[in-house]
Amino acid sequence: MTVDLTAPVVTATSTRRRQEWPFYLSAAVIVLAVIAAVLAPLVAPYSPSQTDFAALWQPPSATHWLGTDQLGRDILSRVIHGARPSLLGAIALLAVATVLGVLIGITAAWKGGWVDTALSRITDVMFAFPGLLFVVLVIAVFDRGQVTSVLGMALAYAPAIAKFTRSIALEEMARPYVDAYRLQGVGGAVLCGKYLLPNLLPTLVGYLVVLFGEGLMSLASLNFLGFGSQPPSSEWGLMVQEGRTGVIQGIVGPALIPGLTIAIVVVATNVVGVRLSDKLAVRK
Amino acid sequence: MVALRRLGAMVLTLVISSFVIFAGMYAAPGDPVAFLIGNPENMTPERIAAVRAEYHLDQPFLSQYLIWAKDLLHGDAGSSFVYQQSVTDLLGSRLPVTLSLVAYAGVLFVVIGVLLGVVSALRKGTAVDALITGVTTFATSIPNFVVAVVLISVFAVKLRWFSVSGPGEGFLGRIHHLTLPAIALALGAIAVVSRVTRQTMVEQQSLDHVEAARSYGLTSRKTVVRHVLRNSLGPIVTMCGLILAGMLAGTVVVEGVFGLNGIGSLLVEAINTHDFPVVQAILLYMVIAYMVVTVLVDLIYPLLDARVSARSGS
Repeated sequence: MTVDLTAPVVTATSTRRRQEWPFYLSAAVIVLAVIAAVLAPLVAPYSPSQTDFAALWQPPSATHWLGTDQLGRDILSRVIHGARPSLLGAIALLAVATVLGVLIGITAAWKGGWVDTALSRITDVMFAFPGLLFVVLVIAVFDRGQVTSVLGMALAYAPAIAKFTRSIALEEMARPYVDAYRLQGVGGAVLCGKYLLPNLLPTLVGYLVVLFGEGLMSLASLNFLGFGSQPPSSEWGLMVQEGRTGVIQGIVGPALIPGLTIAIVVVATNVVGVRLSDKLAVRK
Repeated sequence: MVALRRLGAMVLTLVISSFVIFAGMYAAPGDPVAFLIGNPENMTPERIAAVRAEYHLDQPFLSQYLIWAKDLLHGDAGSSFVYQQSVTDLLGSRLPVTLSLVAYAGVLFVVIGVLLGVVSALRKGTAVDALITGVTTFATSIPNFVVAVVLISVFAVKLRWFSVSGPGEGFLGRIHHLTLPAIALALGAIAVVSRVTRQTMVEQQSLDHVEAARSYGLTSRKTVVRHVLRNSLGPIVTMCGLILAGMLAGTVVVEGVFGLNGIGSLLVEAINTHDFPVVQAILLYMVIAYMVVTVLVDLIYPLLDARVSARSGS
């Protein structure tokens, strides 16, 4: 009864010649975000926590390119520094979820039988639950903070990755080289880690890049709710939360600029992810 | 037989998730007694013992769980640490706001999403199709709290068409007040539904029976409504059901931004105040709501696609 989400999506572009510029533009956006995160103290014009009570809620100007927030902090500098917790959070989330998900997925596919049934049942049940449930549980047990929100979200993302890995691993295992290695007496763990996994990676990468965007969005939402990074962090979701007081007074910049930054980065990772999975899938 | 197995799986899922939820709250740091007594001056050993006995905190973990589960089956979810009110009453007073918000968003995303999907499937390969695909792709990438902030700043603050917060009075007042929250909640879903609609319709259009209908000379409107859309309903309804089920648990952010007193904002508040009975009840509500909607979808599905009931009946 379920929709086959893995079926190839027939898009408008596949009927025409594919335009390449969105991919390059998106790749440039991602590179820019990474540079901002790595070189934040060098490229940001001000310190992200430097307050200026003589210049609260300033509109964009020559001294503050994107204006200032409720404490007179430079918004451009805060967005640049905010790339660190925002991107790092999403990377950590994805790393934990991927390790968990791939481990479960490959084990289920490789062992088969009752192990597969048990693992698949568990992931199905976890998959069915709203991601928020895991986050709330983890935060309730370990208190709020960036680490707990990342871990909670990782638990929410792992089942999807496990499901996906299991399905592509099953396909891959039908190929003759797997049997060839098995006949040579290569052990299951070595075979999975050394030969099977590298062949799954191309398919996994595109999927994971798209998930990265989603993860970034989910984490930003948690930060927006106050469950993740705490002030004075300039994580983007938190910045939107803090900028909200200005919106009611008609000052939209402090909330909108970090919000649009999230949207742009997520769009870019989606475009790159879809393009990567198309490109890598062609080879198959 | 199939229905029985479904029911068994549901009960099992419910038992496991209720156990996990209860265990999570049990493992949470901080002694609930401290929250319950509140004023440190009242912290006498007798008072502590009395409170522990009242809330069954002196019992071992497993019997605490069993007491909680038994009370739940009798419709008693305990009483809130903070509000000194029964949790079921508290949920009952908050539920209407969340349900009307989800219902409103549901109508929006089903109607607009299917409409956009149909249009782009029928105009496949044209500029209209490319525009719809492009805009919906972008729409899924914007977090709903950002959408909410944009909507507030444009329609509530600049144009003053809507008020900034509150659920509104009366039926019309509520619809008016819930319009912006519903749009913020529905936007991503509209994009997903229109994409699924487009994809299944494009697949259906190329099938033999559609070609046959067309060659019989049926008007294109009739072909589309009777054959293409009719046969695409299965996946569309499934998708809409899944999204709706997710929405029942996904109003937290939107309720927060628009200051609505629903289940979502109650959950955030309860987490912040360590009001465990309320957190437990809301998490359990989310699980149950999700299961109920997905089961409903499963029940509706054979009505839309006779092949499914034929298969499961044999």
